[in-house]
Amino acid sequence: MAIDYSQKIPNNVDLASNKTLQRALEHWQPAYLDWWNEMGPEKSQTAEVYLRTAVSVDPSGWAHFEHVKMPDYRWGIFLTPTEGEKKISFGDHKGEPVWQEVPGEYRSTLRRIIVTQGDTEPASVEQQRHLGQTCPSLYDLRNLFQVNVEEGRHLWAMVYLLHAHFGRDGREEGEALLERRSGDADNPRILTAFNEKTPDWLSFFMFTFITDRDGKYQLASLAESAFDPLARSCKFMLTEEAHHLFVGESGVGRVIQRTCEVMNELKTDDPVKLRGAGVIDLPTLQKYLNFHFSVTSDLYGSEISSNAATYYTNGLKGRFEETKIGDDHQLKETSYKVNEVANDNIGTIEVPALSALNERLRDDWITDVQAGVDRWNRIPEKLGINFRFKLPHKGFHRKIGMFADLHVSPEGKIISEVEWAHNHKNWIPTEEDRLYVHSLMGRVSEPGKFANWIAPPARGINNQPLDFQYVRFS
Amino acid sequence: MNAPTENAELVRQHLIDPEICIRCNTCEEMCPVDAITHDSRNYVIKFDVCNWCNACIGPCPTGAIDNSRNVGKNKVYSLEEQYSWDSLPAQEALSGTLTATTAALPETVVSITATAQAGQGGPALAPWSAAHPYVNLYTPANPVTATVTGNYRLTADNASSDIHHIVLDFGSVPFPVLEGQSLGIIPPGADANGKPHLLRMYSIASPREGERAGHNNIALTVKRVVEDHEGKPAKGIASNYVCDLKKGDRVQVTGPYGSTYLMPNHPGSSLMMICTGTGSAPMRAMTERRRRRMEQKEGGELVLFFGARSPEELPYFGPLTKLSKDFIDVNFAFSRVADQPKKYVQDLIRDQADKVFKMLKDDNCYIYICGLKGMETGVLEAFRDICRQHGEDWDKLQPQLLSKARFHVETY
Repeated sequence: MAIDYSQKIPNNVDLASNKTLQRALEHWQPAYLDWWNEMGPEKSQTAEVYLRTAVSVDPSGWAHFEHVKMPDYRWGIFLTPTEGEKKISFGDHKGEPVWQEVPGEYRSTLRRIIVTQGDTEPASVEQQRHLGQTCPSLYDLRNLFQVNVEEGRHLWAMVYLLHAHFGRDGREEGEALLERRSGDADNPRILTAFNEKTPDWLSFFMFTFITDRDGKYQLASLAESAFDPLARSCKFMLTEEAHHLFVGESGVGRVIQRTCEVMNELKTDDPVKLRGAGVIDLPTLQKYLNFHFSVTSDLYGSEISSNAATYYTNGLKGRFEETKIGDDHQLKETSYKVNEVANDNIGTIEVPALSALNERLRDDWITDVQAGVDRWNRIPEKLGINFRFKLPHKGFHRKIGMFADLHVSPEGKIISEVEWAHNHKNWIPTEEDRLYVHSLMGRVSEPGKFANWIAPPARGINNQPLDFQYVRFS
Repeated sequence: MNAPTENAELVRQHLIDPEICIRCNTCEEMCPVDAITHDSRNYVIKFDVCNWCNACIGPCPTGAIDNSRNVGKNKVYSLEEQYSWDSLPAQEALSGTLTATTAALPETVVSITATAQAGQGGPALAPWSAAHPYVNLYTPANPVTATVTGNYRLTADNASSDIHHIVLDFGSVPFPVLEGQSLGIIPPGADANGKPHLLRMYSIASPREGERAGHNNIALTVKRVVEDHEGKPAKGIASNYVCDLKKGDRVQVTGPYGSTYLMPNHPGSSLMMICTGTGSAPMRAMTERRRRRMEQKEGGELVLFFGARSPEELPYFGPLTKLSKDFIDVNFAFSRVADQPKKYVQDLIRDQADKVFKMLKDDNCYIYICGLKGMETGVLEAFRDICRQHGEDWDKLQPQLLSKARFHVETY
């Protein structure tokens, strides 16, 4: 179905035919805009941004570019079109038709899944709201805003599901999503990682590379859900998520590129000299990687989880690329390897696959992060620099799961409190590191110019030149 | 030159740039025919499955998907090769196979070109900043088959001339063109003597990246010939064939032709374009090229002098009037509008004598004339007069223009 832009709320779900739902969402819309104006990107609401807006959900129509003011962005409800007679692909209900309505017995669980996913969307907008003031270029500023408006749209997608399928409870949850605030002591966002600050652009790039990739894996497993409206919402969100991953991966890649260039110019790898030259030394980048990797790792939850098993068996949440996996899709007999700590050693143990679904999704995610790190490593390799980035061990710096009460070195050795106290400053960013990175954050807003600590990208957005006016200020 | 057989074996292979791909999986998800797959290193495209539907192009966040290489049909990159890449291989110089000498051009093309460029007054050169053209990739003995994807009448229903805008798609076969080039069409069937029809040449009316940007297609502007030069009724075989083409029809195409009537590419270069009727085809191509690059603010002026009998007979009249004055200075001359004095392109040029003189003297301005032979004398006469008014001698200026490749004429 085509997107109807004549509507107050653009949508491809025939909203006009369901007046109750339409009224409810039209009631929520001004509250959303209030939230956006209060908690969206700071001091940027009148700027005209070269944004991609979906004008239809088919491949030709959803990447439509033009300059728009962010509050005028057409947030709406877009679901990937239904695919004929879709069947549930896993769990106890495997082979039955997918659900268009929420089964009563799974109502509260599904609501919790949707609220948790939905809560991360406005949270990241809030975390990133000050970054516009210190953008390294107009190109990067535009990318930040694109990420922000799309997170906003993802909130819309989740709120639509709450309103359409969860009645009064759903409407209340929709309001609560606009009331919680990232980092607020009294009313914080649901997940810890989404209450951390995103204080600088390096953190933003790491966040979009690593934490938005968690988003990709969560969305991908929800896109398998037996609850079809959720699956179709998540499927469309995934196409937008790709851009966020790109912003992160290329952003960090450009920082590495710039540092390596200066290392070759100055013929040094001395962090002091490199900081003197205004770039971020590679060991500091490694520390940021360690930090974001470990914090995001916690988002997958405990290694062994009966909740995850229930979600799977009930058909609420599948595995990454469920339909491409060649097994029985019920996991009654199979096992999966997870870590186990015994006598100060980290080993592995086989457990029923059903109980290890969190771990499996985390492993899929790690493989994907590792592939990105490998691509980063090609940069120093190409420039003849003998430094390679390395993902820390799964147990490093964890707050959730079996490693929560232990200290583990990046190499995967269990260490004492004393060893941790002496070494952690070499592994995760220190206050001094953060202050240094923060000191580099000056605003560059002249078209075609880039801050000293980051290399320009290989190409512009939508094939526009690098000196294109990606953001116009009024 | 025995290239043609090899040429026919060339194919365009869709590839993903592993250097900028971030493995987001969107392309694989989007592909309706499952032509895209991946391993732990790279995302790759199955050559024999990809049908160039382009569903993956827009959604790709990096642009990594928007790559291709022209390769020999027996040298297509395998999936194993693609998996092993850190970066895309360079486009192999398909030397010898993709370039050709004038000697190999079909006789018809040589003689038509000679006649068309006669008015130039000397040998032609391409502007120094022109892109390098591919010429004569497909010969009458070895033409390429294009598919008609559009055919619209451009002139009003009540107009006396029937001019069509025709879009040809080349699928996955390379047919690289530049603005100002032309191609040959071979009408099917045989003439009265049982010989196959000779090719007819048509100027390409679309810019290099396609009638639709990013597509392997081109547009033509073709007038249905219903009378000969003396005005006697005569049905042009090729033009009637082309104007009657339907969507989905397949056409035998040769070329591309033309290595000098090309536009400059350097920022700040100006174009003075003078045309009548379907002579507007190369002007449309060049204008469209500049229009699509407007955001880049490369500067340079565009001036168009365009003559027709009446507004109804002027191809692309609507779109032209919508272009902003800052982008292009459009001047129309109509010779058959009731109650108005006849006006020809040379009158418009005289009206703007000062501006035209300045452009003639500006080394960054390139002049293009295309249309009926009849206009040539009038235009040259106007240039001569304008030069005289400004104390300059056209006969001395013209060789200078030619030596700098700034003066290009194609009239028929």
